[in-house]
Amino acid sequence: MKQLMLGNEAVARGLYEAGCSFVSSYPGTPSTEITECAAKYREIYAEWAPNEKVAVEAAFGASLAGKRSFCGMKHVGLNVAADPLFTISYTGVNAGMIIAVADDAGMHSSQNEQDSRNYAKAAKVPMLEPSDAAEGIAFAKLAYEISEQFDTPVLLKMCTRVAHSQSIVEPSERMEILQKPYEKNPMKYIMMPGYAKKRHPVVEARLEALKDYAQTAPCNRWEKGTDRKLGIITSSTCYQYVREVCGEDVSVLKLGMIWPLPDNLLKDFCASVDRVVVVEELDGFVEDYCKTLDLTVEGKNLFSNIDELSQNKIAAGLGLPVPEGITLNEAIPPRPPVMCAGCPHRGLYYTLKKLKLNVIGDIGCYTLGAVAPLNAVDSVICMGASVSGIHGFNKANDGKTDGNTVAVIGDSTFMHSGMTGLVNIAYNDSHSTVIILDNSITGMTGHQQNPTTGYNLKGDPAAKVDLEALCHALGIRRVCVVDPYDLAQCERVIREELAAPEASVIISRRPCALLKYVKHNAPLHVDTEKCKNCKACMKIGCPAISIADGKAKVDATLCTGCGVCRQLCKFDALREGRT
Amino acid sequence: MKTKNIMIVGVGGQGSLLASKLLGKLLLSRGFDVKVSEVHGMSQRGGSVVTYVRYGDRVFSPIIDLGEADFIVSFELLEAARWTQYLKPDGTIITNTQQINPMPVITGAAEYPAALAEKMKAAGCRIDAFDALSLAEEAGSSKAVNLVLMGRLSKYFDFTPEEWKEAIVQSVPPKYLDLNVKAFALGAEL
Repeated sequence: MKQLMLGNEAVARGLYEAGCSFVSSYPGTPSTEITECAAKYREIYAEWAPNEKVAVEAAFGASLAGKRSFCGMKHVGLNVAADPLFTISYTGVNAGMIIAVADDAGMHSSQNEQDSRNYAKAAKVPMLEPSDAAEGIAFAKLAYEISEQFDTPVLLKMCTRVAHSQSIVEPSERMEILQKPYEKNPMKYIMMPGYAKKRHPVVEARLEALKDYAQTAPCNRWEKGTDRKLGIITSSTCYQYVREVCGEDVSVLKLGMIWPLPDNLLKDFCASVDRVVVVEELDGFVEDYCKTLDLTVEGKNLFSNIDELSQNKIAAGLGLPVPEGITLNEAIPPRPPVMCAGCPHRGLYYTLKKLKLNVIGDIGCYTLGAVAPLNAVDSVICMGASVSGIHGFNKANDGKTDGNTVAVIGDSTFMHSGMTGLVNIAYNDSHSTVIILDNSITGMTGHQQNPTTGYNLKGDPAAKVDLEALCHALGIRRVCVVDPYDLAQCERVIREELAAPEASVIISRRPCALLKYVKHNAPLHVDTEKCKNCKACMKIGCPAISIADGKAKVDATLCTGCGVCRQLCKFDALREGRT
Repeated sequence: MKTKNIMIVGVGGQGSLLASKLLGKLLLSRGFDVKVSEVHGMSQRGGSVVTYVRYGDRVFSPIIDLGEADFIVSFELLEAARWTQYLKPDGTIITNTQQINPMPVITGAAEYPAALAEKMKAAGCRIDAFDALSLAEEAGSSKAVNLVLMGRLSKYFDFTPEEWKEAIVQSVPPKYLDLNVKAFALGAEL
């Protein structure tokens, strides 16, 4: 039956229909829902791994054991998982294995907009690229066939617009796939130099075979038009934009397999029209490849390699008319994302700002501590970089910044890649202070469980990492816990730990205010008689507090009664309960 | 039929995803090709959010670009003003008149512009501005603004009340069905 399905949900459906029975992933926008949806199928074992490297290696293990496996991540996650990827390319697989990677051109929720197609080329593995939900299902199934036929992991490349758009699909039944027997094969699976040297030629030959396959693969579609003047080579969501603006007269080479590229097909297509334009987001990946074949194509001379594309941008690049909207001559203030009312990170960040500390930040909701009015973060690079970075910062300053610098990292991010940095702090003895913002969930990606929460992806009780014991075991002697709603306690403890002549970890512990089990207090209200409009309560950037008619005002529909603002009011104007 | 474009805009957490889900089900049941594009992740945290709903005989792009929207349905006044460039010259803005201060206004770095509905009208927008929040509260919950707005949008379409009702039934939890049906009716001025 026809239904609307999110691109990510469709990939999960494709995994199910293809008989996938093992999924291990780490959440990351815009990839997260693939794994969440896969977990809803009883036939699929699905888990959140602590990071993408672990997830890929677990999925490889499942493939080795003979079951079709899957691993999903966002583009930057593949950087973490690149190490196993490049060598699984050498070993190949037993049962089929797919790694989905979701790019985020436009950086809707990411720290960079790298183009993951380069990984397929560098790791010498095939990459498929669906352009809507129906292809999400079809390409997931095709990817398993290619994986097993060519003995290779297959990359399935998503992007925000395909991952987070719903379009019409027609689901079908699951294929039951028997577990393949596992046979020991040291020459294939042990990648030490002597064996790996014999595998590299296998990889190169496989790439040639895949190139032959790509010439006639049905996922690479030549849509012939009547106009011989212009032909367009494109893929993914750009294909949809091109079809939107160009109509049916223009010939389109729609690539479903983005690596390896089909040399002869590209040559034939270019020979069939007067002018060829490659329409692709971010890098000129296909364009540059065409140029290595001495083909005359255009692309990045017309379309930027920065930001995502759209139908209007493509129309403009092709010299077609572009619709115009209605311009309002009015300065519209931006509405950036903010920490929610009741967010436990707020009180902690307020304290860091008050103490004028250097704050080496990390990836998560708490990155929002960087924006006004808190402005409490100095740097954010990638998952785990806060804990590693503070060590180098303090060492380079010969310890002079030990007393005024902290690293902040969330519970899930600490599990992902903060632990190893902490080992470095202990082992190489910097007197760094690391604050773990433990809100008992993976927040930014939409509340996924992680090894510190005590529950797994399926919602069942699971082993729970004891953060205090873990930090002790890694070699940190000073470990303490604070409640971020208690500003006085936060300030006292942070001062103490910064002054301590050794490394310390402060765990700022309070569950995310959006978790269903968290009970909120009654909202506060402002006693307008007492309010002197000093705006002290405005310093924390709480979306529930504003100034109206010269007095502070609390929005009772947003306020969770956390009481952080109350601790800032010198006039006792913020009171418990509604007015 | 040429593709029609509906943008649903608002502030993260206001319930625009439910509105787009409802429209998607309604349009699919009427035999259209449909695409719905959502935003997840960081911008959901109280930021400006936008959802695109497109339908017709054959829909390609999942997104709506500048000058393409037939309707902009806004949960908040400033957000309606933010997206006017996306409106077709003959398009319509349906907006809740509720004002939610963004952080730059809260901190005093910017001011919430005055008389936005009038300014949008003066700029040439067809605008249907009304207090959807009060109607939602009248229906029983401030969270039902999304259904009030869908009710108002329904006045611009030829679908029958039964067709809308069926889409509501498929989109909201049974427990809240009566509340949502009432909110829809208040918005539609039934």
